[in-house]
Amino acid sequence: METLASLISGFAIALTLQNLGLGLLGVLLGTAVGVLPGIGPGLAIALLLPATSHFDATGALIMFAGVYYGAMYGGSTTSILLNTPGESASIATAIEGNMMAKNGRAGPALATSAIGSFVAGTIGIVLLTVMAPLVVDIAIKFGPAEYFAVMVLAFITISALLGNSRVRGLVSLCLGIFVGLIGFDRQSGQARFTFGIPQLFDGIDVVVVAVGLFAVGEALYMATYLNRVGDNLQKMKGSIWMSKQDWKRSWKPWLRGTALGFPFGALPAGGAEIPTFLSYAIEKKLSKHPEEFGKGAIEGVAGPEAANNASVTGSITMLLTLGLPVSVTAAIVLVAFTQYGLQPGPLLFQNNPSLVWGLIASMYIGNVLLLILNLPLVGIWVKLLRIPRPLLYAGILVFATLGTYGIRNDWFDLLLLYIIGVVGFFMRRYDFPVAPTIVGMILGPLAEQNLRRALSISRGDFSIFVTKPICATILAIIILVLIAPPLWRFIESRRPARRRK
Amino acid sequence: MKTKYTTVYRTLLFVAGILAVSLPAVAIDTLKIMVPANAGGGWDQTGRALETAMKSGKIVQHITIENKGGAAGTIGLAQFVNNAKGNPNAIIVGGAVMVGGIITNKSPVTLKDVTPIARLTGEYDVIVVPADSPIKTMKDLVAQLKKDPGSVAWGGGSKGGVDHILAALIAQDAGIDPSKVNYIAYAGGGEAIAAIVGGHVTAGVSGWGEFEGQINAGKLRPLAVSSEKRIPGINVPTLKEQGINVELANWRGVFAAPGLSDAQRKELLTTIEKTAKSKEWQETLKQKNWIDLYLAGDDFGKYVVSEEARLGKILTSLGLAK
Repeated sequence: METLASLISGFAIALTLQNLGLGLLGVLLGTAVGVLPGIGPGLAIALLLPATSHFDATGALIMFAGVYYGAMYGGSTTSILLNTPGESASIATAIEGNMMAKNGRAGPALATSAIGSFVAGTIGIVLLTVMAPLVVDIAIKFGPAEYFAVMVLAFITISALLGNSRVRGLVSLCLGIFVGLIGFDRQSGQARFTFGIPQLFDGIDVVVVAVGLFAVGEALYMATYLNRVGDNLQKMKGSIWMSKQDWKRSWKPWLRGTALGFPFGALPAGGAEIPTFLSYAIEKKLSKHPEEFGKGAIEGVAGPEAANNASVTGSITMLLTLGLPVSVTAAIVLVAFTQYGLQPGPLLFQNNPSLVWGLIASMYIGNVLLLILNLPLVGIWVKLLRIPRPLLYAGILVFATLGTYGIRNDWFDLLLLYIIGVVGFFMRRYDFPVAPTIVGMILGPLAEQNLRRALSISRGDFSIFVTKPICATILAIIILVLIAPPLWRFIESRRPARRRK
Repeated sequence: MKTKYTTVYRTLLFVAGILAVSLPAVAIDTLKIMVPANAGGGWDQTGRALETAMKSGKIVQHITIENKGGAAGTIGLAQFVNNAKGNPNAIIVGGAVMVGGIITNKSPVTLKDVTPIARLTGEYDVIVVPADSPIKTMKDLVAQLKKDPGSVAWGGGSKGGVDHILAALIAQDAGIDPSKVNYIAYAGGGEAIAAIVGGHVTAGVSGWGEFEGQINAGKLRPLAVSSEKRIPGINVPTLKEQGINVELANWRGVFAAPGLSDAQRKELLTTIEKTAKSKEWQETLKQKNWIDLYLAGDDFGKYVVSEEARLGKILTSLGLAK
């Protein structure tokens, strides 16, 4: 009952004119960037961060959440019509979706992905609503030792598992932790790595780093390497609406996709790739028309799209409840939290209930808005694809520069922005993931602070990390997360005969 | 036609508002309050109470509050000095804790880098333990402290701040080396409360207002207040009543950006004075058990200098500052 009351008060916040407008703006922007290939929700939110520094936290976060799942909707549009999945999570959608579009069934493909996303998103938020209050009870059981363990889990998840290479992920993480250490130490107030430059006393603004790595780095990379992309846009033919047969073949995959996506999204290192491909494989196996797979089977669009969206909600759940950023975009949303002095974690529900419940309520609204917007507006979104890339990325650079200067009108930040941008370019060029840098920068100092507090409480005794049950459990998960995938591969490689039949 | 233009104009304004880089306005109709601590703590409460009083008293219309916690507020102070230089529409909350922290940490950014505006409130500290703690009175706490000083983990505000000083003074009074005090610093508010309620530290020490909610909810047990006499309306014994000869108060105030003209400084002084005299502010003081210590302008500037000397002396004698 308490949950329901909280949720209703959340709707009261989300339904104010300002927040509704920001939510709408968020889903529109999100869909737009989702449609544009190469611009993910991470980049979009990074660019918006400086511009929103004058908003109140709730409004800004509502907008960012809108961008996040708007981008997921938009991403499927390009996957289907262009066969260029903007994110790895949309690859599975692109396989069947683009085939459907080639067969002149783009409309039903887009519709099943939009409605599937809506179904999955809504179920995911219901799960978040139910689970959230449970977390509040856990909150006070979290002492410094537990916080430290959760942060190490976040480090391992984002660096060792999200990218292709553990070493690159860890290098990126360490870079982030180093940048995070610049400035006054939060515990003792000692200046570290500041070289006596006053602008560095309060640390480097994480927004500058996010914009530099995501926007400037990406724009430089695009300018250097990606000016030879050939697009083959599929025309929209036939009816946009799904036939009775399409509905019948879609609803089960939606639900199965949701069931796969949410837990994987919430799991550290789960991500959206595994559940979308799993969903694709399951639908292929269960389908009554397996012969259509590879030629445009609607189940192959419905399932993975639902899984994709459910995993987004799953990862938002982890971010809100435990402060664990389990995906790149969640890492950027974490930046938004820090910008407003909010610490995501179990205490967020206790300290900022209106923000959290407003955000959750806005997610319900956002999903409805997206469904209404996307079905009729698909044609307009597709037009966005005609913007020439050079103009697009030049615009991004201008916006990034203006926004960063706007934070505190200091040329020093611009210098930092472009230095970081060049670093981001080289990271992109040599395939270093940038999300671990951001996470390291935000959580690094917090992890240090909690490690020091925990050891101070235990008077230097490291056994505090294994004698406390929650802490020991989290550490066990970390070890599992590290050894399970290689172990799994090893077992798989030992029985190749059965797999190939 | 007129209404149509208004709508267009409003839409344009909305878009401009989203994209525009904010420009400093002439009169004080907007104010940015930097709270150099996390949400929920004493400075945060001061900042938010100022916001409420200014808004409901129609003194300032648009107020944004920014939290930047850590290291006795010096991280927030450094950011304020960097970002707000010459900005007449910005203030930072601070106080005795910041003075102490700057001395203890030998901070390169000090209160000399900002413009003192006014001292606003005073508040006494309270010492608490979790409701299920075996420690029932100050005597129990001091006994454990005497047995093994390191076994008592104190959770409170920043290192070198009033809370830290109080814990050290209590230890000193019990004949224990104050540098043996095992003090865990939090950047104020929710984080510290969670650590104490969750039993992660032995005892908590901070301003009455920070713990009041949890005390009334029965989750924290108050052991003593740091005032000379009992605080009216609060049924908690003083330290002195329990044989500990220690008395300590905290003060909080506001500072403005460096590099302001006389006119800009005056404008801020009037704004804060109006707020401090407003009915809403006076009600807040009563409700939060804050003492009205309003002192403005040059007098406040002199007071800050005297506090630097006084707290510096205490911190040195306790071995917390060298």
